[in-house]
Amino acid sequence: MTPDDRMTVAAARALRDGDVCFVGIGLPSTAANLARRTHAPGLVLVYESGCIGAKPTRLPLSIGDGELATTADAVVGVPEIFNYWLQPGRIDVGFLGAAQIDRFANINTTVIGGGYDAPKVRLPGAGGAPEIAASCGEVIVIVRQSPRAFVERVDFVTSVGYGAGPGDRERLGLPGRGPVKVITDLGVLEPDPETCELTLTALHDGVSVDEARAATGWELRVASDLGVTLAPSDAELAALRELAPV
Amino acid sequence: MPNGHSQYVHYPLMAEISPLQESVAELVRDGDVVAMEGFTALIPFAAAHEIIRQGRRDLTLVRMTPDLVFDQLIGAGCARRLVFSWGGNPGVGSLHRFRDAVERSWPHPLELEEHSHAGMANRYAAGASGLPFAVMRGYVGTDLPERTPTIRPIACPFTGEALTAVAALRPDVAIVHAQRADRDGNVQLWGITGVQKEAVLAADRSLVTVEEVVDELDPRPGAIVLPGWTVTRVSVVPEGARPSYALGYYDRDNDAYRAWDAISRDREAFARWVEEVRA
Repeated sequence: MTPDDRMTVAAARALRDGDVCFVGIGLPSTAANLARRTHAPGLVLVYESGCIGAKPTRLPLSIGDGELATTADAVVGVPEIFNYWLQPGRIDVGFLGAAQIDRFANINTTVIGGGYDAPKVRLPGAGGAPEIAASCGEVIVIVRQSPRAFVERVDFVTSVGYGAGPGDRERLGLPGRGPVKVITDLGVLEPDPETCELTLTALHDGVSVDEARAATGWELRVASDLGVTLAPSDAELAALRELAPV
Repeated sequence: MPNGHSQYVHYPLMAEISPLQESVAELVRDGDVVAMEGFTALIPFAAAHEIIRQGRRDLTLVRMTPDLVFDQLIGAGCARRLVFSWGGNPGVGSLHRFRDAVERSWPHPLELEEHSHAGMANRYAAGASGLPFAVMRGYVGTDLPERTPTIRPIACPFTGEALTAVAALRPDVAIVHAQRADRDGNVQLWGITGVQKEAVLAADRSLVTVEEVVDELDPRPGAIVLPGWTVTRVSVVPEGARPSYALGYYDRDNDAYRAWDAISRDREAFARWVEEVRA
């Protein structure tokens, strides 16, 4: 079992049966499909390619593999998926990845270092994420924890978490609650109810607080009732293996 | 109206069916704004390769997901500017020709106009609707509006609510791939239909490459039909969307997407790939 397996299983468990989930490609898609095959068979997967209620038998490599369209309840165009389905608040959970995330759960997937006009690393950009982060009922972020990814301030705000802190989402008029969990290969972070600052609330079995601190680019706060995530079950791991991409 | 659009264009009654080389030569000129759509599926690769062969320059390339197809056009030196919303190799990683252009100005600098998917989709819809802009909820609190002049705040005229306006896209030419056309150039496409309809209707001119021409377009679930009088040219290019896919014809070649990483990563390997396309 790899640290990624623990992260994926923990992320899958964060989804409730019957949720409508807007799924990004990569780790979010793996976790959402795992959830649908284990505890949440009624999970509705919505992909930005316009596939609503997709039920892929194998894990798609892209958000638009043919399998997603042929197994979907409905396939709609891209303007429709964003305007009719995401924007009015029909989606319970948005599932996002990140290249950088900061202490207030703002996400950068645009540029790293050197400024926008002369970036050191040009990342893919926004995709569907800014509006997913704004309009889904809540957001779950899945990202490997390292000092490069977990930074005090993101180099570019591609998608808003809690902005500069409490009250910012309301001020900006963002309808959804924002990120409620950040699930990593080390454990789980959640926003502090008072300060909105991402706080370590659980560790995967065998990971220490010091390891989590060392992998975080800000002074990481730790919840007083720090938990331990349940180890992945054999059934979960078997389902994960079966999901290997085509 | 901007971009030579007229409310009362007299379209010819049917699209002209012509070989790909002739269609591209006729429709795509140096300096044009060229939208090439197909959201993961039905990506018009063959048409892009023809643009590389014809050596078009200074293009403004417009596409939600640049994908391999724009990585190729950018690396081959066809582009001056890119309008986009997500520039990665889906499920694989970076588009290295795109990154090389942005990070190291190779083969020359690339200007960016960057949006979110929702923004791009709305911009096409506004273009197709003959409106100057679209209204949406989006971008608020992000750093994108500061970098992208085609995103502006706007107040709802009825309630005063703060919303976001995005400027319409009005490409000179839109290029898409479809499963098939009939002999009058009516085009039918299905599966993931993306923003192809909006792109074609927003553009001054359009080219649709198709897998085949058939006598009659029998109905398919979820299919879109673009009447022949909305399309300028149709070219028959079997497998013209490879390595993406055409539902009902062939699957996505995921191995080719993975293999592109090594070609794209290395300027010499990429130069060899371009030579093969030109040969």
